[in-house]
Amino acid sequence: MNAVNQPGYFPAGNQPGWFPALRAAGTLARREIVRFLRQRSRLVGAMATPLLFWLVIGSGFNYLDYLFPGMLVQVLLFASIFSTISIIQDRNEGFLQGVLVAPVPRSAVVLGKVLGGTAIALLQGILFLALGPLVGVQPTLAGLASSLGVMALVAFALTALGTAFAWRFESVQGFHGVMNLLLFPMWLLSGAVFPSEGAAGWVRAVMAGNPLTYGVSALRGALTGAEPSWPALGVTAAFALAMFGLAVASARGKMRAR
Amino acid sequence: MGVEVEGLVRRFGERVALDGVTFAVAKGEVFGLLGPNGGGKTTLFRILSTALEATSGSARVAGIDVRDPAVRRRIGVVFQAPALDKKLTVSENLLHHGHLYGLGGRGLRERIGEMLGMFGLTDRERDRVETLSGGLQRRVEIAKGLLHRPEVLLLDEPSTGLDPGARRDLWEQLRGLSGVTVLLTTHLLEEAEKCGRLGILHKGKLVALGEPHALRSEIGGDVVTVRSADPAGLAEAIRAKFGVEPRVVDGTVRLSRERGHELVGPIAEAFGGRVESVTVAKPSLEDVFHARTRESWS
Repeated sequence: MNAVNQPGYFPAGNQPGWFPALRAAGTLARREIVRFLRQRSRLVGAMATPLLFWLVIGSGFNYLDYLFPGMLVQVLLFASIFSTISIIQDRNEGFLQGVLVAPVPRSAVVLGKVLGGTAIALLQGILFLALGPLVGVQPTLAGLASSLGVMALVAFALTALGTAFAWRFESVQGFHGVMNLLLFPMWLLSGAVFPSEGAAGWVRAVMAGNPLTYGVSALRGALTGAEPSWPALGVTAAFALAMFGLAVASARGKMRAR
Repeated sequence: MGVEVEGLVRRFGERVALDGVTFAVAKGEVFGLLGPNGGGKTTLFRILSTALEATSGSARVAGIDVRDPAVRRRIGVVFQAPALDKKLTVSENLLHHGHLYGLGGRGLRERIGEMLGMFGLTDRERDRVETLSGGLQRRVEIAKGLLHRPEVLLLDEPSTGLDPGARRDLWEQLRGLSGVTVLLTTHLLEEAEKCGRLGILHKGKLVALGEPHALRSEIGGDVVTVRSADPAGLAEAIRAKFGVEPRVVDGTVRLSRERGHELVGPIAEAFGGRVESVTVAKPSLEDVFHARTRESWS
């Protein structure tokens, strides 16, 4: 028993550099996914609302097919926010403190969280995507591949945005309130529900400044088989990167504040 | 040295949680930080575990300054609030922990098996943590803390929420860790007795430092404890009659003095009807605390 406990049996610091950090991020992402798969009710929670929205509004105004990409983005949005709530739960339940004293850079902790959330959101997005053919959304194989790429970028950006906020919140309720206030208008004014053409001037200006607009438009393009719009993809990728930077800054700042 | 703390200060705004604490823990020692809640134990624990930065002063664990990220790999941390993922199984928790500490592959799997065996968890490895009893969950925590073979194991109030049997288990495991320096915090006097050496923290200051029996014998004399239905009134009466300074602790009247047995007869005689029992004993850690702070324990 004593030999088992001798300290320093593992050569300390034998793989410096990126590998341990990436493995740490990977293990945290895997944990998110395993947890999600064990709590099936979360799937219902994140899918039911967009589905209901889509059917009621889409049928009511008879534009189920126009609304489809926008609802797909809403699925990603809800899934991302749901998965970042776990940061607050982890903090309150104690799991996070163990991660925060581990020899892992804060950026790797955030990357793990965001990748895990992205994977979960993407999984739900794919389930929703499978409903597409019902309303005539039948992308080509290439269109499907680029749709998945855009979905991954959008999910990554939204999960990172949620992480940046969740790191600052003590209560799930407060986080929920703020995210709804921020994200619902963001979604509404992204071209998800109505096109910017024909909208009032100021609404159009807001929509042009909304980074999510470009994600929705890139997704719409990919699903309808249009040529990929590089500017829209570029803005979406930049959005994802910027949100990741924001999340890392938020996670580092909290440490200093306490 | 296992742990070296020098002139450590931590302020939270106006409040001084740690007020210049200095002590050292030798390699392989089981060291206890004892103190009432709010004395500064948890603040010190959080600084040593790198969860919190000190305002000034220095702290080294396993010879490395706690501000150096390289220290983390050498510390095993067991927080008071469980840091386990209850939705995951025992071995999944250990696996993730190993990955966070730079371990992986077969070496990690073997090490997990070893720890499960050592802590009697082998038959529960596939069970979700939420299905385990409090005592077993604490064992998983400690197995996790030791998984990466740290030089120093830090535990914050490790016996909180454990039944007496699980507490005994815990101590058996802690004593079996030869070569590992153990530093734990506690507010339980009987637990502090089991530590090799103790530091008593009160209002952010270290008021006593040494082996438990040495601290107790420093006080000298005896402690007379009188049980009574009305301890406060009886204490006042004893003070008036014998010119001593009794105090009320946990509903009993206590007084420290040389040759305490000589007071037993007189007290029983004078206050016979109001006294349930009179006992004489050597000073406890509570008496040490009182002698150093002039305040009662709880």
